Amino acid sequence: MKPDIFQAIADPTRRAILTLIAIKALTPNAMAEKFDMSRQAVSKHIKVLNECGLIRPEQSGREIHYHFNAHKMQEFDNWLAQFRQSWETQFNQLDQLLSTIKEQNTK
Amino acid sequence: MNNDLLFDFNVDKTAKTVYITREFNAGQSLVWDAFTKAELLDQWGAPAPMHAKTKYMNFEIGGRRFYAMISPDGQERWAVQEFTSITPKTNFKMYNAFADKDENRELPGSEWDYNFSELNGITKVEITIFNESFERLEKLLEGFKTGFTITLKNLEALLATLP
Repeated sequence: MKPDIFQAIADPTRRAILTLIAIKALTPNAMAEKFDMSRQAVSKHIKVLNECGLIRPEQSGREIHYHFNAHKMQEFDNWLAQFRQSWETQFNQLDQLLSTIKEQNTK
Repeated sequence: MNNDLLFDFNVDKTAKTVYITREFNAGQSLVWDAFTKAELLDQWGAPAPMHAKTKYMNFEIGGRRFYAMISPDGQERWAVQEFTSITPKTNFKMYNAFADKDENRELPGSEWDYNFSELNGITKVEITIFNESFERLEKLLEGFKTGFTITLKNLEALLATLP
Protein backbone atom coordinates (compact mmCIF):
# COMPACT_ATOMS: atom_id res chain seq x y z
CA MET A 1 0.00 0.00 0.00
CA LYS A 2 1.29 3.41 -0.95
CA PRO A 3 2.50 5.32 2.13
CA ASP A 4 0.78 8.59 2.82
CA ILE A 5 2.15 11.88 4.08
CA PHE A 6 1.30 11.17 7.71
CA GLN A 7 3.33 7.99 7.71
CA ALA A 8 6.15 9.76 5.95
CA ILE A 9 6.45 12.59 8.42
CA ALA A 10 5.74 10.44 11.47
CA ASP A 11 9.35 9.34 11.53
CA PRO A 12 11.82 11.85 13.04
CA THR A 13 14.66 10.85 10.71
CA ARG A 14 12.50 11.43 7.68
CA ARG A 15 11.45 14.81 9.05
CA ALA A 16 15.11 15.67 9.42
CA ILE A 17 15.83 14.50 5.87
CA LEU A 18 13.03 16.68 4.55
CA THR A 19 14.35 19.70 6.42
CA LEU A 20 17.80 19.22 4.90
CA ILE A 21 16.50 18.56 1.40
CA ALA A 22 14.32 21.63 1.59
CA ILE A 23 17.48 23.68 1.98
CA LYS A 24 19.40 21.83 -0.70
CA ALA A 25 18.78 18.80 -2.88
CA LEU A 26 20.86 15.80 -1.81
CA THR A 27 22.12 12.51 -3.18
CA PRO A 28 21.48 9.34 -1.15
CA ASN A 29 25.18 9.17 -0.28
CA ALA A 30 25.22 12.70 1.04
CA MET A 31 22.19 11.89 3.17
CA ALA A 32 23.78 8.75 4.59
CA GLU A 33 26.85 10.75 5.49
CA LYS A 34 24.95 13.54 7.24
CA PHE A 35 22.96 11.12 9.34
CA ASP A 36 25.77 8.69 9.94
CA MET A 37 23.52 6.02 8.56
CA SER A 38 24.04 3.12 6.23
CA ARG A 39 23.14 3.57 2.58
CA GLN A 40 20.54 0.83 3.06
CA ALA A 41 18.85 2.61 5.92
CA VAL A 42 18.74 5.85 3.96
CA SER A 43 17.31 4.09 0.93
CA LYS A 44 14.37 2.85 2.99
CA HIS A 45 13.55 6.38 4.08
CA ILE A 46 13.99 7.75 0.59
CA LYS A 47 11.57 5.15 -0.73
CA VAL A 48 8.83 6.21 1.67
CA LEU A 49 9.34 9.91 1.03
CA ASN A 50 9.46 9.38 -2.72
CA GLU A 51 6.37 7.19 -2.85
CA CYS A 52 4.19 9.69 -1.08
CA GLY A 53 5.45 12.49 -3.29
CA LEU A 54 7.25 14.61 -0.72
CA ILE A 55 10.56 14.33 -2.58
CA ARG A 56 11.30 13.78 -6.23
CA PRO A 57 14.43 12.52 -7.96
CA GLU A 58 16.32 14.43 -10.63
CA GLN A 59 19.13 12.93 -12.64
CA SER A 60 22.18 15.14 -12.64
CA GLY A 61 25.01 13.53 -14.58
CA ARG A 62 25.64 10.15 -12.99
CA GLU A 63 24.00 11.03 -9.73
CA ILE A 64 20.42 11.36 -8.58
CA HIS A 65 19.58 14.33 -6.41
CA TYR A 66 16.41 14.32 -4.39
CA HIS A 67 14.47 17.57 -4.26
CA PHE A 68 11.84 18.66 -1.80
CA ASN A 69 8.40 18.80 -3.34
CA ALA A 70 6.98 21.90 -1.76
CA HIS A 71 3.74 21.46 -3.72
CA LYS A 72 2.87 18.31 -1.81
CA MET A 73 3.27 19.97 1.58
CA GLN A 74 1.40 22.95 0.22
CA GLU A 75 -1.42 20.63 -0.88
CA PHE A 76 -1.70 19.33 2.64
CA ASP A 77 -1.62 22.83 4.13
CA ASN A 78 -4.25 24.03 1.68
CA TRP A 79 -6.44 21.08 2.48
CA LEU A 80 -6.02 21.82 6.18
CA ALA A 81 -6.99 25.46 5.73
CA GLN A 82 -10.15 24.41 3.90
CA PHE A 83 -10.99 21.82 6.53
CA ARG A 84 -10.59 24.46 9.23
CA GLN A 85 -12.71 26.89 7.23
CA SER A 86 -15.57 24.45 6.85
CA TRP A 87 -15.57 23.84 10.61
CA GLU A 88 -15.56 27.57 11.23
CA THR A 89 -18.57 27.99 8.94
CA GLN A 90 -20.47 25.18 10.62
CA PHE A 91 -19.76 26.54 14.09
CA ASN A 92 -20.96 30.00 13.06
CA GLN A 93 -24.14 28.36 11.81
CA LEU A 94 -24.46 26.63 15.16
CA ASP A 95 -24.01 29.97 16.96
CA GLN A 96 -27.01 31.32 15.08
CA LEU A 97 -29.09 28.23 15.76
CA LEU A 98 -28.33 28.35 19.49
CA SER A 99 -29.19 32.02 19.57
CA THR A 100 -32.52 31.40 17.85
CA ILE A 101 -33.43 28.56 20.20
CA LYS A 102 -32.56 30.61 23.28
CA GLU A 103 -34.73 33.43 22.00
CA GLN A 104 -37.65 31.07 21.41
CA ASN A 105 -37.25 29.62 24.90
CA THR A 106 -37.64 32.98 26.56
CA LYS A 107 -40.89 33.83 24.79
CA MET B 1 -20.36 36.13 15.07
CA ASN B 2 -19.22 36.79 18.62
CA ASN B 3 -15.49 37.41 18.41
CA ASP B 4 -14.90 36.68 22.08
CA LEU B 5 -15.68 33.00 21.70
CA LEU B 6 -12.67 30.75 21.52
CA PHE B 7 -12.00 28.76 18.36
CA ASP B 8 -8.89 26.66 18.30
CA PHE B 9 -7.88 24.36 15.48
CA ASN B 10 -4.68 22.33 15.64
CA VAL B 11 -3.30 19.44 13.73
CA ASP B 12 -0.72 17.05 15.08
CA LYS B 13 0.50 15.60 11.81
CA THR B 14 2.60 12.89 13.39
CA ALA B 15 -0.15 11.75 15.72
CA LYS B 16 -2.62 12.00 12.80
CA THR B 17 -4.95 13.93 15.04
CA VAL B 18 -6.95 17.11 14.63
CA TYR B 19 -7.86 19.04 17.78
CA ILE B 20 -10.75 21.48 17.71
CA THR B 21 -11.97 23.63 20.59
CA ARG B 22 -14.91 25.99 20.32
CA GLU B 23 -16.90 27.94 22.86
CA PHE B 24 -20.63 28.59 22.49
CA ASN B 25 -22.75 31.23 24.13
CA ALA B 26 -25.33 28.76 25.45
CA GLY B 27 -25.84 26.31 28.30
CA GLN B 28 -24.26 22.86 28.23
CA SER B 29 -27.56 21.03 27.95
CA LEU B 30 -28.61 22.97 24.87
CA VAL B 31 -25.20 22.63 23.20
CA TRP B 32 -25.23 18.90 23.96
CA ASP B 33 -28.63 18.66 22.23
CA ALA B 34 -27.29 20.54 19.20
CA PHE B 35 -24.59 17.90 18.77
CA THR B 36 -26.71 14.83 19.53
CA LYS B 37 -30.18 15.38 18.11
CA ALA B 38 -30.79 14.83 14.41
CA GLU B 39 -33.29 17.65 13.96
CA LEU B 40 -30.78 20.14 15.37
CA LEU B 41 -27.69 18.61 13.74
CA ASP B 42 -29.33 18.94 10.33
CA GLN B 43 -29.69 22.66 10.82
CA TRP B 44 -25.98 23.41 11.16
CA GLY B 45 -24.20 20.16 10.26
CA ALA B 46 -22.87 21.13 6.83
CA PRO B 47 -21.18 24.34 5.72
CA ALA B 48 -23.48 26.42 3.51
CA PRO B 49 -24.16 26.16 0.60
CA MET B 50 -24.24 22.45 1.48
CA HIS B 51 -26.84 21.12 3.89
CA ALA B 52 -27.04 18.04 6.09
CA LYS B 53 -29.77 15.40 6.08
CA THR B 54 -30.03 12.59 8.61
CA LYS B 55 -31.72 9.46 7.32
CA TYR B 56 -31.94 7.93 10.76
CA MET B 57 -30.21 8.25 14.11
CA ASN B 58 -30.39 6.39 17.36
CA PHE B 59 -28.14 8.06 19.84
CA GLU B 60 -27.19 5.24 22.22
CA ILE B 61 -24.13 3.09 22.75
CA GLY B 62 -23.94 0.77 19.76
CA GLY B 63 -26.41 2.96 17.87
CA ARG B 64 -25.76 4.78 14.61
CA ARG B 65 -26.44 7.93 12.67
CA PHE B 66 -26.71 7.58 8.88
CA TYR B 67 -26.63 10.96 7.16
CA ALA B 68 -25.55 12.83 4.06
CA MET B 69 -24.02 16.18 3.20
CA ILE B 70 -25.75 17.47 0.10
CA SER B 71 -24.20 19.99 -2.25
CA PRO B 72 -26.28 22.62 -4.06
CA ASP B 73 -26.40 20.53 -7.25
CA GLY B 74 -27.84 17.57 -5.37
CA GLN B 75 -24.71 15.44 -4.97
CA GLU B 76 -24.87 13.39 -1.77
CA ARG B 77 -21.96 12.30 0.39
CA TRP B 78 -23.15 9.69 2.90
CA ALA B 79 -21.51 8.74 6.19
CA VAL B 80 -22.18 6.45 9.12
CA GLN B 81 -21.40 7.33 12.71
CA GLU B 82 -21.30 4.55 15.29
CA PHE B 83 -21.60 5.69 18.89
CA THR B 84 -19.09 3.83 21.02
CA SER B 85 -19.36 5.71 24.30
CA ILE B 86 -21.87 8.15 25.82
CA THR B 87 -21.71 10.02 29.12
CA PRO B 88 -24.80 12.24 28.95
CA LYS B 89 -24.12 15.98 28.66
CA THR B 90 -20.36 15.64 29.00
CA ASN B 91 -18.85 13.22 26.53
CA PHE B 92 -19.50 10.97 23.59
CA LYS B 93 -17.29 9.07 21.19
CA MET B 94 -18.04 7.77 17.75
CA TYR B 95 -16.42 6.08 14.78
CA ASN B 96 -17.11 7.90 11.51
CA ALA B 97 -16.86 6.28 8.08
CA PHE B 98 -17.94 7.35 4.63
CA ALA B 99 -20.52 5.15 2.92
CA ASP B 100 -22.65 4.87 -0.18
CA LYS B 101 -26.38 5.54 -0.21
CA ASP B 102 -27.02 1.93 0.79
CA GLU B 103 -24.93 2.27 3.90
CA ASN B 104 -21.97 0.24 2.64
CA ARG B 105 -19.07 1.71 4.56
CA GLU B 106 -15.65 2.66 3.17
CA LEU B 107 -13.03 1.84 5.77
CA PRO B 108 -10.87 3.04 7.40
CA GLY B 109 -12.81 5.71 9.17
CA SER B 110 -11.85 8.05 11.96
CA GLU B 111 -12.37 8.17 15.71
CA TRP B 112 -14.08 11.24 17.14
CA ASP B 113 -14.14 12.22 20.80
CA TYR B 114 -16.38 15.08 22.04
CA ASN B 115 -16.08 16.73 25.45
CA PHE B 116 -18.50 19.33 26.83
CA SER B 117 -17.97 21.61 29.80
CA GLU B 118 -19.55 24.86 30.97
CA LEU B 119 -18.24 27.93 32.77
CA ASN B 120 -20.24 31.07 33.43
CA GLY B 121 -22.85 30.27 30.82
CA ILE B 122 -20.31 29.54 28.09
CA THR B 123 -20.06 25.95 26.95
CA LYS B 124 -16.74 24.68 25.65
CA VAL B 125 -16.70 21.79 23.20
CA GLU B 126 -13.45 19.95 22.59
CA ILE B 127 -13.28 17.60 19.62
CA THR B 128 -10.46 15.19 18.88
CA ILE B 129 -10.37 13.50 15.48
CA PHE B 130 -7.98 10.65 14.96
CA ASN B 131 -7.46 9.56 11.37
CA GLU B 132 -5.62 6.51 10.27
CA SER B 133 -4.61 7.91 6.92
CA PHE B 134 -4.06 11.25 5.23
CA GLU B 135 -5.96 10.19 2.12
CA ARG B 136 -8.94 9.57 4.34
CA LEU B 137 -8.64 13.11 5.71
CA GLU B 138 -8.56 14.39 2.15
CA LYS B 139 -11.81 12.60 1.37
CA LEU B 140 -13.47 14.50 4.20
CA LEU B 141 -13.05 17.60 2.15
CA GLU B 142 -13.73 16.12 -1.29
CA GLY B 143 -17.43 16.70 -0.98
CA PHE B 144 -17.00 20.24 0.27
CA LYS B 145 -14.61 21.14 -2.52
CA THR B 146 -17.04 19.86 -5.15
CA GLY B 147 -19.84 21.87 -3.64
CA PHE B 148 -17.83 25.05 -3.44
CA THR B 149 -16.43 24.68 -6.95
CA ILE B 150 -19.87 24.28 -8.43
CA THR B 151 -21.20 27.21 -6.48
CA LEU B 152 -18.33 29.37 -7.72
CA LYS B 153 -18.99 28.27 -11.32
CA ASN B 154 -22.65 29.19 -10.96
CA LEU B 155 -21.62 32.53 -9.61
CA GLU B 156 -19.27 33.12 -12.53
CA ALA B 157 -22.02 32.23 -14.98
CA LEU B 158 -24.40 34.59 -13.26
CA LEU B 159 -21.91 37.44 -13.20
CA ALA B 160 -21.30 36.94 -16.91
CA THR B 161 -24.96 37.63 -17.63
CA LEU B 162 -25.10 40.87 -15.70
CA PRO B 163 -24.67 44.12 -17.62
